[in-house]
Amino acid sequence: MSKNWWKALSVVLLLYVAVAGLLLPVPRLAILNESIRNLYFHVPMWFGMTFILIASVYYSVRYLRTPTPELDIRAHEAARTGILMGVVGLATGSIWAKYTWGAWWTNDPKLNGAAIAMLIYGAYLVLRSSFTDEQQRARVSAIYNIFAFATAMPLFYILPRLTDSLHPGAGGNPAFAKYDLDSNMRLVFYPAVIGWTLLAFWLAQLASRVSLLKLKVYEKQLA
Amino acid sequence: MQKDFRLEWRQRAALNGMLLYVGSTVFVCYLSFSLRGGQLPAPAWNALFWIVLLFSAVNAVAKGFLQESRGRMLYYYTVVRPQAVILAKIGYNALLLLGLALVAFGLYAVVLGNPVQNVPLFVGNVVLGAVGFASTLTLVSGIAAKATNSSTLMAVLGFPLMVPMLLLLIKVSKNALDGLEFDASQSSLLTLLALNMIVGAVSYLLFPFLWRS
Repeated sequence: MSKNWWKALSVVLLLYVAVAGLLLPVPRLAILNESIRNLYFHVPMWFGMTFILIASVYYSVRYLRTPTPELDIRAHEAARTGILMGVVGLATGSIWAKYTWGAWWTNDPKLNGAAIAMLIYGAYLVLRSSFTDEQQRARVSAIYNIFAFATAMPLFYILPRLTDSLHPGAGGNPAFAKYDLDSNMRLVFYPAVIGWTLLAFWLAQLASRVSLLKLKVYEKQLA
Repeated sequence: MQKDFRLEWRQRAALNGMLLYVGSTVFVCYLSFSLRGGQLPAPAWNALFWIVLLFSAVNAVAKGFLQESRGRMLYYYTVVRPQAVILAKIGYNALLLLGLALVAFGLYAVVLGNPVQNVPLFVGNVVLGAVGFASTLTLVSGIAAKATNSSTLMAVLGFPLMVPMLLLLIKVSKNALDGLEFDASQSSLLTLLALNMIVGAVSYLLFPFLWRS
C-alpha cells in the first residue's frame, strides 16, 4: 500500500472529477455555456501528456547511459501513453471546438501544433518498427525520442503564443485567467490535472510491466 | 575538423545533380503556373518557394549519410571525435543548402518574378532556414541511415520535425515580401535562432551515441 498510494489517489481524484465536474456550478459564459466542463477533461490531457513525455525522455537518457532492455521498454511505453493522451486531447478538443467555434477543426496554430507534434511521435513508432536488431532499435529510438521532445515542445508552448489564435493561451489570450476560471472551477481543475497525470503514469507502468513479462516469456522460450 | 570538412567537400559529385534538381523543380513550377498567365500572388509565391527548398533540402542532406560507405565510416571513427563529424556535416550541409537556396532564389526570381520588398531580411531568413534545416536533417539522416527503409523514414521523420521551423520561416519571409519593418519580424527571428540553437545543441549531444552503434 505504501508504494501504491498514488494509484488509489488517482482513482479517488478522477471519481471526484467525474462527479464534481459534472455537477458543481460553473460560471455562465456566452457561447461556452455548459461545455466549459470539458476543461476538466481536455486540458488535463495535455498536462498528463507533457509529464509522461518528460518521463519518456528521462528513461531514454538513462538508456543511453546504461543500456538495458527494461529502460527501453519503459521509455517506449511512456511515449505510447503520451501519444494516447495526445490523441484523446485532440478528440476532446475537436468536440469542444464543434460546439463553441462551429467546426471540428480550425486552422489555428495551437491545433496544428498539437497535430504536428502527434505526427512527430507517430514517426517515433514508425522508426521503432523499422529495425530488426533490438539493441540498435532501442538506441536509435532513444536518440530520436530526445530529439523529438526537443522539437515538439516548442510547438506546444512557444509557437502558439507568438501568433493570434482563437484558442485560449495563445496570442495574448490568457490561458487560465480570472474570467474563465473562477475559484469554484479551480477546486475541480487542479485535482483533475493531478488525477489524469497519475492515471497516465499508471497506464505506462502497467503497459511496461506487460511488455517486460512478454520479454521474459520470450527469453524463456529461447532458452 | 577542417580536414573532415575538406573530405566532405571533395565528394561533391552530388552537387551538380542537386543544382540541376533545384533548377528543374523551379522550371516545372514556372511552366505549370505560366498556364494560368500573369503574376503569382505573393502568398503562393512564398509557399511554393519554401516547398521547393524543403524538398531539395531533404534530398540534398539525405545523401550525407546514406551514401557514406561502411569503410569510410570506420575510417572517420578511428580518426576523429564524433562531435567533429557532426559539426563538419552540419557545417557542410548548411553551406550546401545555402548555396542551393540562393541559386533557387535567383532562378525563381528570374522566371516567376521577384515580389520581395525587403531583400536583406529575406536573405537573412533564408540563411537561418538553411542552418536550421541542415542541423535538423543531418541528425535525422544519421538516424534514418541505421534503419532498413531509410528513404521513406527520412521523409517521415524529417518533415514533422521541420514544421515548427518552416512555420516561422514562412511567416518571416511573408513579412519580407510585404516589405514590413524589421521590428515586425524580430521576435520570430529570435525564436528561429533559439530553435536552431536547441536543435544544434541536441544534435551535438546525441550524435556520439548514434555514432557508436
